[in-house]
Amino acid sequence: MSATDLQTKILTANLDVANLDLIHVYESTGGYRSARKAALEMTQEQVLEQLEASGLRGRGGAGFSMGKKASFIPKGSMDKFLCCNADESEPGTFKDRLLMQRNPHLLVEGVIIGAIAAGANRAFIFIRGEYSAQADILDRAVEQAYEQGYLGDSVFDSGIQVELVVHRGEGAYICGEESALLDALEGKRGNPRLKPPFPANQGLYQGPTLINNVETLCNTPIVIEKGADWYRQLGVGDSTGTKLVSVSGNVQRPGNYEVELGITAREIVYGLAGGPLPGREIKCWFPGGSSAPVLLPDDLDRPYTFESMAEAGSMLGSGAIIVVDDSVPIVSIALRLAEFYRHESCGKCVPCREGTNWTVKMLERLDRGEATPMDVEIIAGVQENIIGNCLCVLGDSMAMPIGSMIKHFRPEFEAHIEAARQRADRAAAVGEFSAVELAASPHSGPGVG
Amino acid sequence: MSARVDGPTSGAQPDRSSGSASKLAGARSGEHRIDRRLTPLGWDEAADLDKPPAPIPEISETEVPAQLRERIEALMSRYPDRRSAVLPALDAAQRVHGWCSPEAIGQVAAVMRVTPAYLSSVATFYDMLRTEPFGRRYVYVCTSVACHLRNAKAVHDAISDEADSQGLEDCDIREFECLGACDMAPMASIDGRYVGPLDTADAAEIVAALKEDREVLPGRGLTDRGFELPWAQGADTGGAQTDREADDGSGSSWARSGEHGTDGSPA
Repeated sequence: MSATDLQTKILTANLDVANLDLIHVYESTGGYRSARKAALEMTQEQVLEQLEASGLRGRGGAGFSMGKKASFIPKGSMDKFLCCNADESEPGTFKDRLLMQRNPHLLVEGVIIGAIAAGANRAFIFIRGEYSAQADILDRAVEQAYEQGYLGDSVFDSGIQVELVVHRGEGAYICGEESALLDALEGKRGNPRLKPPFPANQGLYQGPTLINNVETLCNTPIVIEKGADWYRQLGVGDSTGTKLVSVSGNVQRPGNYEVELGITAREIVYGLAGGPLPGREIKCWFPGGSSAPVLLPDDLDRPYTFESMAEAGSMLGSGAIIVVDDSVPIVSIALRLAEFYRHESCGKCVPCREGTNWTVKMLERLDRGEATPMDVEIIAGVQENIIGNCLCVLGDSMAMPIGSMIKHFRPEFEAHIEAARQRADRAAAVGEFSAVELAASPHSGPGVG
Repeated sequence: MSARVDGPTSGAQPDRSSGSASKLAGARSGEHRIDRRLTPLGWDEAADLDKPPAPIPEISETEVPAQLRERIEALMSRYPDRRSAVLPALDAAQRVHGWCSPEAIGQVAAVMRVTPAYLSSVATFYDMLRTEPFGRRYVYVCTSVACHLRNAKAVHDAISDEADSQGLEDCDIREFECLGACDMAPMASIDGRYVGPLDTADAAEIVAALKEDREVLPGRGLTDRGFELPWAQGADTGGAQTDREADDGSGSSWARSGEHGTDGSPA
């Protein structure tokens, strides 16, 4: 089977059309038909019903039913908000970047439909600050949509108001967490909020707020155009539709591939991304971004669905597959991950702030040859004490993959400790630099980190 | 930091000649370069508790560049609550002043009618808002997991060493967390322009281009016209993937497989 047959291009079907970022080009490919239909020919209930019946699940990580989430927004005439989460910062994920850069109007159309479904009159696209080129592209798309009357006081002259602002973040992973995103959008530090109340009741400016990922919203025009029944045929079981999968790491052809949910992970990793380099074997892989517990090569034969990944003890998450081959020490991956989460922890909850910090220090110590096999136990214990004990899942996002690495690769951790100890002993013997000197350096003590 | 193991990853050989141990204890030269992982901003300086908190500066007594003021006022009008404009306003001020200096924060505070302390608390939270002076230009090398697997640390070190040896000034070179471009790993954001895939051999050209104010690696930026990943073309473009087997060019990736119609009906 050739690589192209494995893809099912729905979201990405038109990406190579020249100048797709111009509104008339987008419309010539059938664009804005769905938004017009939703605004003029359908009631809010009908839009909601279609979205719910389609089985479309959130593509940002949690995989919650999009239609159901929209139906939680209370009725009544008050300011209601839609926030599109375009703060794609999960390591390994770059699918939203592709959609926004190459087909910005698809997102604008999705926002209009999402806003109609939720009855929201104000919408925001919260895009991470690093995506400045993509934010500029979105800005131009929004401007064009305003000029055409597709956004504003009365979209498509339907009397429905949808105002849309592209809001740039300033570089903080935590702002991808929905309540931290709301705080950032309100001009505060991006700290997650205590839930409940959930954003559907009290979100942005204390008003009812629907928050959806870019890819989720980009699916809505397709659901409205083709109908929920058509959409449900794609995928398997409760994982309907297609998924844009970002494949990265030790593969021959990293990139975004749109596949029908339910094809095996092996088809994605080997069939589409070319598998590992010649002579290399896959050691482990992250099925859904760096926050997902790692899986072993055997799990590659599982269907790539929300349910199947959960069954394997991991998650589909944002749909980012990171492949690690056998040339990479597992400790280096664990340390790199822990450093990321230490840096990105907002510092509000103690288990996450301290847990990420000490995990880094322990892994560094392990790598310097100052650990004993008991330290692996301690690291695993720290992870267990983070999970479920914080306001948001950032700490869990480190604890779960690192816990899974220790579970699957404990002998390698132990061998690493032993090898590092011997290395340190040798170094001390020849007097190059001793482990003691390193330990006394200002950055490894128990101070700030 | 440098004590961590760098796994022998795919791609070119890591350049370890400079020795990682010497870099540990702030041995980095160049005042402009702040390794944020060694000195997390905002954590290392205590507030002066004897000083009374600064009130909201009077706009009539604060000199604000007319353009900046206009820009912030326009930003405030976009939101139901003016405070939502804090992030873009600080960003605008940073563009004018080079960093979120006390002066810049004072000006934003005066226009937005919020206290400087509030703005400082926000500015210290976000990576892209800088509360210490830094270079006019920046090179953020992504060293997060996916790039790490493709030798990103060596690329960062090569650029950093090259900057030292060529005497590149006023440029902030640092490791950055995932920039969302793992398909072109290892990559860097140079003044917001994504370039990749990079190799340690590109370091000299990157630094030379920055020094001479030329465009860095034209044609290899993500948003450059006609940009394609090397393995999508079946031909090598001189990126980091020279040791990879050339693909059969069957158009397997998104970059060249749009010819399958707009309908995409399922089988």
